[in-house]
Order: sequence, then structure tokens, then C-alpha cells
Amino acid sequence: MEKFVDNLSPMDLMRSEKMKLVQLIIPVESAHRAVSYLGELGLLQFRDLNAEKSPFQRTFVNQVKRCGEMSRKLRFFKDQIIKAGILSSIHPVVEPDVELEELEIQLAEHEHELIEMNSNSEKLRQTYNELLEFKIVLIKAGSFLVSSDNHTVAEERELSENVHSNHSYDEASSLIEQEMGTADQPGLRFISGIICKSKALRFERMLFRATRGNMLFNQAPAGEEIMDPLSAVKAEKTVFVVFFSGEQARKKILKICEAFGANCYPVPEDFSKQRQITREVSSRLSELEVTLDAGIRHQNKALTSIGYHLTQWMSMVRREKAVYDTLNMLNFDVTKKCLVGEGWCPVFAKAKIQDALQRATVDSNSQVGIIFHVMDAVESPPTYFRTNHFTNAYQEIVDAYGVARYQEANPAVYTVITFPFLFAVMFGDWGHGICLLLGALVLIARESRLSTQACVQTYHV
Amino acid sequence: MYGFEAMTFNIHGGYLEAIVRGHRAGLLTPADYNNLCQCETLDDIKMHLSATEYGPYLQNEPSPLHTTTIVEKCTLKLVDEYKHMLCQATEPLSTFLEYITYGHMIDNVVLIVTGTLHERDVQELLEKCHPLGMFDSIATLAVAQNMRELYRLVLVDTPLAPYFSECITSEDLDDMNIEIMRNTLYKAYLEDFYKFCQKLGGATAEIMSDLLAFEADRRAVNITINSIGTELTRDDRRKLYSNFGLLYPYGHEELAVCEDIDQVRGTMEKYPPYQSIFSKLSYGESQMLDKAFYEEEVKRLCLAFEQQFHYGVFFAYMRLREQEIRNLMWISECVAQNQKSRVHDSVVFIF
Repeated sequence: MEKFVDNLSPMDLMRSEKMKLVQLIIPVESAHRAVSYLGELGLLQFRDLNAEKSPFQRTFVNQVKRCGEMSRKLRFFKDQIIKAGILSSIHPVVEPDVELEELEIQLAEHEHELIEMNSNSEKLRQTYNELLEFKIVLIKAGSFLVSSDNHTVAEERELSENVHSNHSYDEASSLIEQEMGTADQPGLRFISGIICKSKALRFERMLFRATRGNMLFNQAPAGEEIMDPLSAVKAEKTVFVVFFSGEQARKKILKICEAFGANCYPVPEDFSKQRQITREVSSRLSELEVTLDAGIRHQNKALTSIGYHLTQWMSMVRREKAVYDTLNMLNFDVTKKCLVGEGWCPVFAKAKIQDALQRATVDSNSQVGIIFHVMDAVESPPTYFRTNHFTNAYQEIVDAYGVARYQEANPAVYTVITFPFLFAVMFGDWGHGICLLLGALVLIARESRLSTQACVQTYHV
Repeated sequence: MYGFEAMTFNIHGGYLEAIVRGHRAGLLTPADYNNLCQCETLDDIKMHLSATEYGPYLQNEPSPLHTTTIVEKCTLKLVDEYKHMLCQATEPLSTFLEYITYGHMIDNVVLIVTGTLHERDVQELLEKCHPLGMFDSIATLAVAQNMRELYRLVLVDTPLAPYFSECITSEDLDDMNIEIMRNTLYKAYLEDFYKFCQKLGGATAEIMSDLLAFEADRRAVNITINSIGTELTRDDRRKLYSNFGLLYPYGHEELAVCEDIDQVRGTMEKYPPYQSIFSKLSYGESQMLDKAFYEEEVKRLCLAFEQQFHYGVFFAYMRLREQEIRNLMWISECVAQNQKSRVHDSVVFIF
């Protein structure tokens, strides 16, 4: 079989490239560099010689863990940048590569700084949101109370009428007597606050049940989306005022407010006092705004400076993790202090690989060269097709169904013609065809610009 | 018609059955458990789990890990899968899936009521609740002072409302009453679930009644053993046993009069399926009973996957995943407290 295959004329894309099993013996000091240069070439597929070992029995497990930790920090930075709404720059700063250890230290510093800034601004933000809510409650609840002040007496009568008509006589009358007896202040008292609009209906129902209907619930929408102090989520809110009488009812209502996450703010009944407090709150709000803005600007500066380097760092960490994963596949020979690896490579790439290994030896100042020799293989080699930019797309479509075996005829050659043909037959009309043609021309014209953006994969076709 | 589900099940349930079987194939394997039991620190556990299906949920946790974080994130994965299935399900299946979570709702209700009794903060209690059993007005449970209020204020809106008719008393809530309330609710829930499955008919009815019967019997035994030596009267105890299962009604008669564990064992050994469980325990020992029951349950749950075109696979998958999370919690605790020798005490392998 081997002889037959070797005597075939070269058939380019029609059949797989001829592959050879090679063995590499790499001294430890040049191992990392060798693997990273080989990775850049992309022409050698390593076999996993440590397949039976679990992930944390492998040699380079600590480095892999460190890379994992670094990529977690980078994801955290990315989240923070997106949350702060900073647009990442289209042309990131390309600096010379930083060493992995230095990068680790830098990342730890940045993370620490960011977490500190976040916690500082959080307290300020919470106070700011609470004050904002207080102001809105004052404004809206004020309008309820102005009308209610004049009608307190009338509402009391109305309330007792309501109670009599809604419930059975015995329960209601005894309740009213009881509450009249224990009320600290005569007449209606109220609690004012603000609650998420989505919960308002359930809240009202719960209050109704808990006080057996002896309450009056007024609500008005807050008008704009406010950030909740505790959960830091923007939501539509409603201002509410609950009128009730009696100490028992007050305790229950407060508990229910707490359970639903409604924030209660005291609103004075007197109109002039309301205005005074509103003015105080507004002035405090503007002070806090200034402080918060300064904090946000500082944070944005830090995030922007991180953002410049972010893509570069991410690709670096990914590359390092891939290198260590590959190094984990090699067999570590402790006595001779070298790593033994096996892999498949195409015949035409042999010179390039040897060149890369040579460079690695020189660059790492190693005394011993890397040994690279061909071995005989029992099993069938993996398939490798040399494709260019255009044929790569068709090759990928065919590979999705199944990769051709070694030296099997490659169906992708035929799909270059048949695939567009069948696609067109499916569509079958001028209009669609013209639209697709225009779309494709746009994509091709913008190819260079689109390929530098992050979503390269989708535009490959 | 039983036997012909293959003709019509896939119209509505085919996609979800495929999804659930896919999830089932993603449960941790014996090789995974082997590696997890050999871990030295919680970081090793995290690294190993990141190679399994739990990877995306654990990868963003910063380094000093706690066991509660691991368990929380794994439960989050279960909740996500459940919610995906629930929103894709059509009628009988969506009710079935909701039934699976009522048990957790009951547990959450009892947790909050007990916590309020002991003067804990409501937000703290809400964090401890199981995410599958959350419902909207759960936080207002803290306001209620006796069972009638509990029902009238909060539970009347929830699916648990019909289970309350048997246990409303005007007494104030205290520890004993809360436990009785929990068991009464659970009994009503199991019976309701059983009736619902019988109504569905076919393979679902057969497989689910077997699984629910085992559950009912297990609870009966646990109630008996836990109430030995307390002031729960025999009649009260009898009222907490469900009305179906292998032990109904004669086994319940005998269990109701048991006064210690050996008598319980004597009663249970008359029933062949449970004889094998009790034969694993030596006399006078009850700690291993829980593990023995879990093993038997896991065996039966795995058997549910052998048949196709019924809803029992969903129930079985949820239970198996919960068992796996329990295993992970036990392993993490053993590793965190440096007691790896005790790891195999409580880990039930799911194969």
C-alpha cells in the first residue's frame, strides 16, 4: 500500500498530502520556544502520549492553571469594559510581546485596582440612588398628601363604609373597635415609598389581604427608569402611598414592604416642610453627582488603558495555554531532561519544520540541538489538504459531513462547481439571485476591513 | 394506548426527550468520580470540573473557592436546563415538569417559616432557598404568624394551595407543627402527583407510579424512624403516611406501632424489594440507611431510561442530577476538611 501511494503522481487538492510520522526529542530549555514556533507554522499534529493521565497529573499543570486564572481576569476586564460602555478601539496598540510572568503581575495589579474602584464607587452610587428615589417619592407623594390632608376626615368615614360592605359584619366591626382603641394617633397614617412596577400589583394584593382591606393604596409611576440602590439594575418604578390606621397594621405593612424590596421613605405631611426637604435633597444629589462623575471618569480612564492592550493580551494568553497544552502531550523523560514527542507532518513541510526547530535552538541558547527523525507508522496517517482562501470554504463544508480518509479522493474538488449550481437551482429566480450577488459583492469589496474585526469566522465565505 | 406511544409521542415530546437524554449522557462518569476523589484541594476539583459539562459555570469563579460556591453553580446549571425544558414543553409535559418542583417549593416554604421563627433575616433565608422552588411572593412568608394566615396571605396563589386543606389549624407555628405541616404537605403532593400520572396513562403511569411508590415508602420509613422517641402520637404518625405504595395499607399499620429501629427492620423485611436494603445494615445501625435508600433510588431511576416515549425520563434526570450535586457537595466538603478517607461514605455512583 505504501509503495503504491508513494508512486502516485502529486494530485494537489484531489488527494491528501503525503504524511509522515516523526519523532522529536527536545531538550527542556528550548521546549517552550520550539513548540510555539511549530505552532506558528501550523504544520505538525502532535499525538497525545499522556492520554491515560488525568488533567492534574500532567507535567505542566501549574502553568495551565495560571493561564486559566489569567484568562479569567481578562474576561473580567472585558465584562467591566462592556458594562462601562466604553467602545474598544478599532486599531489596538501593538506593542512588543510581554513575558508571561510580567503579564501575570500586571493583570493582578489591574484587577486589584478595578475591584477597589468598584467597591468605592458602589457605596457612593447606592447613596445617590437612594437620594434620587427619596426625591421622586417626595415629589409624587406630595401630590397625594395635599389632596388627602383636606379629606382626611371624609376618607375615614369612607374607609369604614368600605369595610362594612366588603366583609362580614362581626369580623369588621370588632376589628375597627380594636384598632380605634390601640391607635396611637387618631385618624389615618401613611407609609410612602417606591417599588418596582412589575411587583406593584402583587404588592397591593398582599397589602389588601394582610390588612383585611383596611387600607388605601395610591400609586403613581415614577416617570423614568431608576437604578435600584441594592440590586443596581435599572427598572421602571412606581411611587406608592399606603394609608392605614393602627399599630398592628403598620408593623405588617413594613414587613411586607421589606419582603417585596420596596424602599420606604418618610414624607412629611406639611407642604412647606416637603418643599424644604426636597430642596435639601436636590442639593445633596448635585454634590454626589459631582463626586460620582469624578470617580467614573477615573475608572473609565483605567478601563480604556486596559482596553488598548486587551485583545493582544487575550491572544497571548490563549497562545500560551495552547503551548502548554501541547507540551502536556509530550513525554517528559526525567533522566535525560528532555521531552519526547510524536506527530504527523506532511512531507513537503519537513524542511520548514527543521528550520523552525533550528531557530528555536538558536534563540534559546541551547547547547543541544533538537532531534527530528522519521518513524515508521502502523496506523493510517491523518488527512491534510492544502487549500487556499477560495477552496478553503468548500473544504470546510465537505469536512462538516466527514473528513476523507488518507489518500481518498476529495469530494471538495467537485463541490466547487456543484455547490453553487445546486444552491442556485434551489433558489431558482432572478430576483433572489441578484440580491445574493449584490450581497456577495459587498462582502468581497469590504473583505479586508471585515477580516480585521473580531467576527472573522462568519465572513469567511 | 399503552404500547403504541411510539406513534404519537414524538409529535410534542420528541425534542425534549432527546434533550433530556443528551443531558443524561453528560452526567459525571466513574472516571470523573475517580479523579475527583483523588483531588487534594478545591482548585483541583474546579479544574477537573471545568473539563466536564460544568465548565462554563465554574470558569469565572476567582481562586479561593468555597464548597457552597461549587454547589451553587452546579445547581444553577440544573436550573438553566430545567427552565429551557419548561419553556419548550407543551401541555401535559409542562404540568408534569412543574410537578417535579413542588417538592422544592414545600422545602423552601418550611425553610422560610422556620427561619422567621428563629428570627433570621429574610434576605439571608431567601439566599438559602433552592432555586427550583422559588415563586413570586415567597418573601412575604415572613409576615405570617400562624398557618391560616400563611395560607390566606401567600400560599393561596401558589400551586401548593390545594395541599393545604388537610393541615390548616389555628395553632401558632412552632418547630413540631412545622415539621408536621411539611410532611402533610408532602403527602398531599405525592398523592396528587400520583393521581396526575395515573391520569396520563401508558408508560408514564407505570414507570412513575413505581418511582413515586418507592418515594412514598421511603418517606414512611424516615418519618417512623425520626419520630421514634418524640411526642408524635401513633395516630398522627399514621396520618402522615401516603395512601399508595407497596407498604399501603398493611405495612403502614405495622410501622405506626414501631418503637425502635429493629422493629422497623422487622416490618420492612417482609417486603422483598426492601429486604435487600435492610440486609446491608447490621443490627442497630441507621446511618447507612440513607445511603442504602439513595442507592436503591438511583438504580430505579437509571432503569427509567431504558424505555422510550414516556415522561418518567424527565423526573429521573432531575433526581439523578440532584444526586450528583449531593455527591459533589460531599466530595468537596471532604476535600476541604482534609478527610478524604470518608469520601466513599456517602457518594452514590450513578452509572
